[in-house]
Amino acid sequence: MADSAVPEADLLPPRFADWFAGRGWSPRQHQLAMIACAKAGRDALLIAPTGGGKTLAGFLPSLIELADRAPSNAARGLHTLYISPLKALAVDVERNLNAPILEMGLGITAESRTGDTGMARRQRQRVKPPEILLTTPEQLALLCAWEGARLFFESLECVILDEIHTLHASKRGDLLALDLARIDQFAPNLRRVGLSATIEDPEVIKAWMANHVRGGNASIDLVRGPAGADPIVEVLLSQGRVPWSGHTAQHAMQEVYDVIRKSRIALVFVNTRFQAEFAFQELWRLNEDSLPIALHHGSLAPEQRRKVEAAMARGELRAVVCTSTLDLGIDWGDVDLVIQLASPKGASRMVQRIGRANHRLDEPSRALFVPANRFEMLECQAARDAIAENKLDGEPPRLGALDVLAQHIMGCACSEPFDLLKLYEEVRSAGPYRDLIWEDFEQVVDFVSTGGYALKTYDRFRRIVKGPDGLWRVRNPETAQRHRLNVGAIVSPAVLSVRIAMPGGRGGRKIGEIEEGMIEMLEPGETFVFAGQVWRLVAVTNLDVLVQAAPSADPKMPSWGGSKFALSTYLAKRVRQLMYDQANWNILPRDVRDWLEAQRDRSLIPMEDELLLETFARGRRQFMVCYPFEGRLAHTTLAMLLTRRLERMGRGPLGFVCNDYALAIWAIEPLDAIDFDELFAQDMLGDDLDAWLAESFMMKRAFKGAAIIAGLIERRFPGQKQKTGRQITFSTDLIYDTLRRHEPGHLLLRCAREDAATGLIDVARLGQMLMRIKGRIRHSPLEHLSPFSVPILLEIGKERSPGHAGETLILREAENELIAEALQ
Amino acid sequence: MNAVIAKAFAYDFVIADSGALGIPIASVDVRLRASGALWIAAERTLVVADLHLEKGSFYAVRGQMLPPYDTRETLRRLAQEIDALCPTTVVLLGDTFHDATSEARLAADDVEALRALARGRTLIWIVGNHDAEGPQALPGEIANELSLCGLTLRHEPRLGLQPGEVSGHLHPAARVRASRGSVRRRCFVTDSDRLILPAFGAYAGGLNVRDKAFAGLFARPPLAGALGSERVYAVGWPSLVGD
Repeated sequence: MADSAVPEADLLPPRFADWFAGRGWSPRQHQLAMIACAKAGRDALLIAPTGGGKTLAGFLPSLIELADRAPSNAARGLHTLYISPLKALAVDVERNLNAPILEMGLGITAESRTGDTGMARRQRQRVKPPEILLTTPEQLALLCAWEGARLFFESLECVILDEIHTLHASKRGDLLALDLARIDQFAPNLRRVGLSATIEDPEVIKAWMANHVRGGNASIDLVRGPAGADPIVEVLLSQGRVPWSGHTAQHAMQEVYDVIRKSRIALVFVNTRFQAEFAFQELWRLNEDSLPIALHHGSLAPEQRRKVEAAMARGELRAVVCTSTLDLGIDWGDVDLVIQLASPKGASRMVQRIGRANHRLDEPSRALFVPANRFEMLECQAARDAIAENKLDGEPPRLGALDVLAQHIMGCACSEPFDLLKLYEEVRSAGPYRDLIWEDFEQVVDFVSTGGYALKTYDRFRRIVKGPDGLWRVRNPETAQRHRLNVGAIVSPAVLSVRIAMPGGRGGRKIGEIEEGMIEMLEPGETFVFAGQVWRLVAVTNLDVLVQAAPSADPKMPSWGGSKFALSTYLAKRVRQLMYDQANWNILPRDVRDWLEAQRDRSLIPMEDELLLETFARGRRQFMVCYPFEGRLAHTTLAMLLTRRLERMGRGPLGFVCNDYALAIWAIEPLDAIDFDELFAQDMLGDDLDAWLAESFMMKRAFKGAAIIAGLIERRFPGQKQKTGRQITFSTDLIYDTLRRHEPGHLLLRCAREDAATGLIDVARLGQMLMRIKGRIRHSPLEHLSPFSVPILLEIGKERSPGHAGETLILREAENELIAEALQ
Repeated sequence: MNAVIAKAFAYDFVIADSGALGIPIASVDVRLRASGALWIAAERTLVVADLHLEKGSFYAVRGQMLPPYDTRETLRRLAQEIDALCPTTVVLLGDTFHDATSEARLAADDVEALRALARGRTLIWIVGNHDAEGPQALPGEIANELSLCGLTLRHEPRLGLQPGEVSGHLHPAARVRASRGSVRRRCFVTDSDRLILPAFGAYAGGLNVRDKAFAGLFARPPLAGALGSERVYAVGWPSLVGD
């Protein structure tokens, strides 16, 4: 903490002290510490739980400095830049910040700027910026790519990074770190301020936000807010039986409704949009009191979401069913209960969610976990214990992605000419890129300029060129304009608009957006739940999903994955501990305990670091089921690799299925009398993985993401027009196939491999798991299926996720259908 | 309705050992190859459509640096087909070049590869909308269309029913749906009267055969020959869906 020589009383000017006193408050210790840091010109990282006056603590030093400025008629320029991970949060903070500014009569201008801000306001902000600008990482990247960025940021004194724990370990975090390094060049006295929820290891965040050319982690003072009251977390021990499998928690819905009825305002968190839709339906089915219960998730039209948020802020709602869209920030004082439906997957995310209840520090937050199946019961208990012990699962630090760097370098060239060596130093001052080697940097620059191909035919079409002055600049203004249209490190999957079908096959009012993959599961005529209502799918035309209301129909619930989040490594370990130690079982409900005891008696319960592997016959199939508890992603990768090996061993595996806890592989002949240590040997992560990955749809998806971020593929063109009647677009799959054959070592393929290995298939986690279980596989040969295997076997046949099924199988099935028809 | 369609679906086809789909077009037996090429054995003629050579560099000129390997990849696949079949005639069915200046942008070794393909056989360039002039310096004959054993080979399909027409231009692609999900592939599309070839070029995209650009071209629900990695799959109209 900063060693402040300034006496506490002098830190807060009278006008501010009066304002605090007028509201019956006194400034908190960490708020004063932040002022002291600013006076000493130090960077600061504030770690405080929600409700600790964190945001105000971040802004106080700027407000004090700005209030002290002599009155002036001249434009004063930007003083403080605030970056939020969410657009809505930036807007919310604008409102919350303007209250004290007005009440104290400070005469400071504070404005937000997001993708939703009107054109006129955005243009005016560039010419005449407010003193405090509240914005997002994407807008910052855009501002940095404008000509005149230097002038715009030159007066900047302070940058505040809010909810930093959600940003750092991602491509958005990479981009933001690079832009911080950039604005440091424009405003050398810039102070960096980070605001974060409680995290496991502050040094990781410090390393991300620090300038590594001047000072690194040591340049940042750590300020800790008060710990706040411990949350009260309960796990619902349902009266209904806990189901074997599934993710909907339907069995407990009446109890959830009763809890909502007894609360003031409840936030009901779920893990996917479909769970949100389902829970919302169920709660309204039970809603005898007609409680105002609303729905909030990322697929709903923004206007609809804003409406729910506004109703919530006015205190008109009793419950909101929501996904991670409401994980962050926006302050709704009166929430007194957070309900987590289905498993929390990680302790840190859960702490964040629980923090949404009761934004007052001295009162504990209340939360209720509602497990949706038996394994989740174990998981919820483990999460509750972890939270009670304040043990959080941290995100490991990451190396900056090179596709993001490519986008940034192009942005730099669009802003002003740069010197290659100086830019290298600048990039290496950013945390995620501090170990970037010159060769990689050079390769990225070459990529930005000509595509970076071994075949040098594009040298005459360079996007950035080196001038006689030795500086690099963008080729022409059109190229710069096109780059600016494509800034950002978020690549969303293709989304379709859901619209009400009108006569003549036209699309009417838009209800929301849905990811392409989800609608693929449905046939026209089938019904599904969306935006809290039941709809019948009429047709899918270009980018529209046309639907009709089908209020009385029984909707089909697609049954894919329970969660897009993997069970955190830390929580998985706790689940294994809890499971093995029978002394823990008494906290579990009767039916779950019976289930564990049956497993113990009929098969076995593995020790914490063992892998249980069962083999048994069922029907005409021979099964091999194992329980690594490493999450669906890692399991899917493992199952793919195991089936390849079994294939080579002549075992003829026929299929597999995975969930967060287990994986099952089946064949016609028994899958025992196998050297399992050999089968699970770590070397599967070498050639086997490479061979499988190169052909997999996950590589293609990762390549597409990297190609878009790096600027190889443009999302938007100026004055984009669609070809009438036909859309021929080149697909990134074609480019991937060609590039892989002719230049397998290309930068973008390298980026794609790294992304696939981390984000899509969790290779690192799989590697740790294989190491952990080496020599510790407990094979349990059984006559019948075991109690543990029931949930995973129930998933067989339900899974219809695109991309996993062999493409050849799909084609063959369609052809067989044709032949069958022809023979009729 | 279903009964009528099922009846209309009685297409005669065979899957050859090579993975090609054998089907009569206006009574001429042809092979639809997994590469996307058409093989007319009676005339020892290989037909490929929509190569779009130098599409990559077309975008590079505008500052979008697609990998510069599309031309050699397309020519490599064409050479493979020629090696496998030893045709006496190779017909390029139009839009062989992506734009009017593509030929000038060809790399020297790609030019040589093209010349090599023409050696010892007749190379016919049917012109298309992207390459209306045909090649300037490369070997081969230039034509608007070509009649061959009762078939008419032209770039752009004429409107209405055109028995015996073999064309390209539309880049047909099929989204094939089965119980496990769907997959999108380039495809041949035919009603046994006329045939539309998939685009052969490495970077050429595909237009879904459910698009209205295909409406009115066929006398009955057509058959799609979807390109798999080793063979062509015959897929009926009911299994095809929009994108």
